[in-house]
Amino acid sequence: MTDNNTDNGNGNGSEEPRERVIGTPTGGGDALVAGKEEPHRKHEGPYLAEETHARPEETQIRGEKIAAVWFLIAFLAGVGFFVSYFSFAPNAANEPVIADPATAQLANALMGGTLALSLFAIGAGMTVWARQILPHYEVASPYDELPSPPKEKSSFSEFFMRSANESGFTKRPLMRRTLLLAMAPLGLAPIVLLRDTGPAPRDTLKSTLWEDGLHIVVEGTGRRIKAEDLSETGGMISALPEAHDGDHGLSLDDQAKTVILLIKMDPDDFGPQMNQQRLDWTHEGIIAYSKICTHVGCPAALYERTTHRILCPCHQSTFDASNGAEVVFGPAHRPLPQLPLRVDNEGYLVAAGDFSSPVGPTFWDAEVKN
Amino acid sequence: MSDNQAPQAPKAMRGVGNFIDDRFHLAKMGEKNLRKVFPNHWSFMLGEIALYSFIILLLSGVFLTLWFNPSMGHIVYDGSYERLRGVGMSEAYASTLHITFDVRGGLLMRQIHHWAALIFVASLVIHMLRVFFTGAFRKPREINWLIGVAIFTLAIVEGLFGYSLPDDLPSGMGLRIFQGVLLALPLIGTYASFYLFGGEFPGEVIIPRLYSLHILVIPAILLALIAAHFMILWHQKHTQYPGTGRTEKKVVGTPMFPAFAIKAGGFFFFTFAVIVGLSAFVQINPIHLFGPFTPTSITAGLQPDWYMGFLEGSLRIFPNWFDITIAGYAIPMGVLIPGLGFMGILFGGLAAWPFVEAWITGDKRPHNLADRPRNAPVRTGLGAAGITFYGLLWLAGSNDILSHTFEISLYTTTWIFRIGIFVGPVIAYIITKRICLGMQRRDRETLEHGYESGTIAQLPGGEFVEVHKESSPETVHVLESKESMTPRIETPAANANGVESPASRSLMGKLRARLADWYTRDNISFVGVEPHSGHHLHHGSHNGDGPTHGVQGSENGHGGSTASDKVTQGAGQNK
Repeated sequence: MTDNNTDNGNGNGSEEPRERVIGTPTGGGDALVAGKEEPHRKHEGPYLAEETHARPEETQIRGEKIAAVWFLIAFLAGVGFFVSYFSFAPNAANEPVIADPATAQLANALMGGTLALSLFAIGAGMTVWARQILPHYEVASPYDELPSPPKEKSSFSEFFMRSANESGFTKRPLMRRTLLLAMAPLGLAPIVLLRDTGPAPRDTLKSTLWEDGLHIVVEGTGRRIKAEDLSETGGMISALPEAHDGDHGLSLDDQAKTVILLIKMDPDDFGPQMNQQRLDWTHEGIIAYSKICTHVGCPAALYERTTHRILCPCHQSTFDASNGAEVVFGPAHRPLPQLPLRVDNEGYLVAAGDFSSPVGPTFWDAEVKN
Repeated sequence: MSDNQAPQAPKAMRGVGNFIDDRFHLAKMGEKNLRKVFPNHWSFMLGEIALYSFIILLLSGVFLTLWFNPSMGHIVYDGSYERLRGVGMSEAYASTLHITFDVRGGLLMRQIHHWAALIFVASLVIHMLRVFFTGAFRKPREINWLIGVAIFTLAIVEGLFGYSLPDDLPSGMGLRIFQGVLLALPLIGTYASFYLFGGEFPGEVIIPRLYSLHILVIPAILLALIAAHFMILWHQKHTQYPGTGRTEKKVVGTPMFPAFAIKAGGFFFFTFAVIVGLSAFVQINPIHLFGPFTPTSITAGLQPDWYMGFLEGSLRIFPNWFDITIAGYAIPMGVLIPGLGFMGILFGGLAAWPFVEAWITGDKRPHNLADRPRNAPVRTGLGAAGITFYGLLWLAGSNDILSHTFEISLYTTTWIFRIGIFVGPVIAYIITKRICLGMQRRDRETLEHGYESGTIAQLPGGEFVEVHKESSPETVHVLESKESMTPRIETPAANANGVESPASRSLMGKLRARLADWYTRDNISFVGVEPHSGHHLHHGSHNGDGPTHGVQGSENGHGGSTASDKVTQGAGQNK
């Protein structure tokens, strides 16, 4: 079409606007060919005539229909969303029917499915719109020249320095310095105000609730434990100290520090790290370690009875329960702290003191004795 | 038709437009911005996905705040979900159960929020990789790259905090690990942990505190950074890939209004549809199955959200060999390096790279044309090494699952990763760089010879050759866009008396020269290569063979008039 254009007119002479050129599409065709000589006059659309490439009217009509179908689907799916929402209304007793997990899943699938379909259909309709109705063309725009011309730069710099001088900020150091001084406390104030977000650590992390004579109870049931309860060699129980005031007496903070693994093994299996003191802390092959991993604090909950290994499922630190819970593999550094055990007069297992070392993740002064 | 004669704006719009312009004088600026050019390439949509999923996060997040109760107050559950009745839990967990089992659409919104978060971070990463591999971070866009790194970092922190809010078992365990890493900091660790948690772990304030960070502070910063990212992008304009008409001076693409607006609108709905579709049919984070957090229980095979996987993996494979004690004070390197150091390497390395690369190459010019990754082989190789490093750490975060699936010992998988983390990136670097160089050679050959047409011709001498045809102007343009890669460090190597300049003699100067050499050495030079000139690269076997030249010369059409061509032909005739 542009060929036609250049062939016919040399641009300078023809004052009269060209109506149509044979062989060009009708819809929007005028603009495509008309603007060759004086595009700015002939074409008042957003872009110059030679930049636009309208789709054939035929395509546009088809596009409009397809897009409309998608938008109708979106509308129906949107209605479907409301239908599914209201069909899961609470029952007569005003109990939510979605309280049943299976119903909740169904409601989720229906509401989500209709919503997704509606959104997808709008997206699809808009894509059809963009691909079949919108004219296709690319336009150009210049990038900024970098950097600014020297003249602009020096003008800016001159203005800035003159104004700064004018302000006296550079010339009056006493004022400047006292102002900066005045800002310092204000800047620090928000940090200081954070001080009471928590207590200082002091030695809190180094001791736990465990003390001599405190009963050991099964985690979950709260039942006291006798040595016979662990009769089977290789048995393992997760245990806590007995709470003084009923079931919920033990805070999560205390649980996180005091939880132990009670392990029963053949006393002959104890390894060289088990010195006399550590052996004294056991009772008939029953040994207690902190359950909290010394790496970053997950419960080291897995125990393999044949190898006496305690494994933390988070990062796989592995401790040898028969050998003072020494680290045998993985990222942990310190052995699990051991809890001294004994039995009381009635035969119940009790602690004989606090852990052998601080519980949980290693912190900077964990190994410093007070 | 009147389609192209701009119709007058409807009266109502004119009214609004005039009202605004009377007050803000916006007509000119408004038009300029409606005309903003968006280059067309699929990879430019990656950042859009991030933006759209962020919007979805804001919308679904607001919905969730209507019911979520960020309290660690201990209650015994008596709600609608039967299986947990009578179980002690925090109010945060109970209110999450309420959203799931009492609020219609609550479960959907929770899943939308979670899926959108995963997709947000994923699209950030992929968008970032696109920018990295195409060199779109180069001057003048370094600041926007830094903003992007900050968005990425904050997005991960935001994700971790959000993951922690429902107070279910895995979420509490994630917090515990976070606190464990915090405790490992020398001197300040215990203080940082006590101040953040208001005492010991888990305390009673961490969830309300994370909540205010998660729904207010971090989203506000993210929003500000995203706004800044866009304003800078708008001001500097997009980079573009090389092609006909696309130059360093001029950006070519779709105008903002109308075409891009409609395309982007459609794309927003597609993104939203995918996220909602996943939320409808793919279960994520079923907290009602995990149960409430207690510090004493755990289940095996716990997996964090994907973007935390690399930290989980690094914590798993890093050994305790470097843990040291100074004067009785422990420095648990086995926690510090994987927990914080690797993150520092990742984000610090990303942030520093534009400046490091510019320093090595001495390239101070502004760039608007994106690199094709093959044309920067060292950068591309390093990127591949980085991906491998990250990917291996990520996989290592699932080593228990891998060990179980492939029936290899758990400790063996750990060792495989411990070694792989060093070997893998090196191999990836070498292979990627070689592939890039191979593609460069191929490009040079295509540029000179055209493309392989698939037509085999027999020469009079009996030899078979494949006829090459001229590439399209677009292809030629793209191939020719490759810049010559020579170190551009400005310091003169030596002055007139042959004395090295102090800058190049210093240790840094020498290092810089060596790095520049390493960065550019193997690059294939396109200097002097003329499109379709035919024989510049021609292998010796053809030199003595007159007829070959005749056939190929005529096939390639350019008459063998270039200097290189003549040289080759001359050599042929001499024989």
